[in-house]
Amino acid sequence: MRLVAVQEEDFDAGALLARLGGEGTGGVASFTGIVRQVAGGGLKALRLEHYPGMTEKALERLADEAQTRWELTGCIIIHRVGRLEPGQNIVFAAAASAHRGDALAATAYLIDQLKTRAPFWKAEDMADGATHWVEAREADDETAAAWGQVPEDR
Amino acid sequence: MRVLYFAWLRERIGKSSEELELPEEVDTPRALINWLRTLGPGYAAAFSDEKPVRCAIDQEFQPLDAPLGRPKEIGFFPPVTGG
Repeated sequence: MRLVAVQEEDFDAGALLARLGGEGTGGVASFTGIVRQVAGGGLKALRLEHYPGMTEKALERLADEAQTRWELTGCIIIHRVGRLEPGQNIVFAAAASAHRGDALAATAYLIDQLKTRAPFWKAEDMADGATHWVEAREADDETAAAWGQVPEDR
Repeated sequence: MRVLYFAWLRERIGKSSEELELPEEVDTPRALINWLRTLGPGYAAAFSDEKPVRCAIDQEFQPLDAPLGRPKEIGFFPPVTGG
């Protein structure tokens, strides 16, 4: 079971997790990202822009890498785009494996890499009418780089 | 060649993509940025500082000094902020 999608619609994390169960799977790990209200409030919505075509390729590559690095029985990456309000789902990454270690590590890998290697951009629309583009965080680059290079084959 | 702009680069230039005939001497994304700056004030504003500019050649991330060749498309954008 493998699913990679970029979509405006919401996703149902429970239904997605259920699809990852199955023969040979011993555990499913997942991460659901939610639009966070900024400190002090005032965020009306995020606008998520992406590079159609390149985004899908980048996410497929991350799924390939996770499946190369770990023994997975399933893998899902879903990223929403468009206008998203605080509290709404924005991203979902999940991995299934025979054992917890691979599922947990692969899930962390997917979300860490997705932050720095997939062409998405966030703009914040504030309640006072201001709007600004979110700046990339250096800490995200370091977290992604800490996983090291993907081996050619395992 | 199709040139695409995203996020605040798109806003400053005022369009999301365009077809451009590049001069022969434009051989890297950085050289392309220098040439784009001459096309108008929106371009000059978008590319006033190239430090926060990233690029993808035919939808693959590449450094600004990568050989450009003559790809189908090149995209310019700020550092990504998904997740």
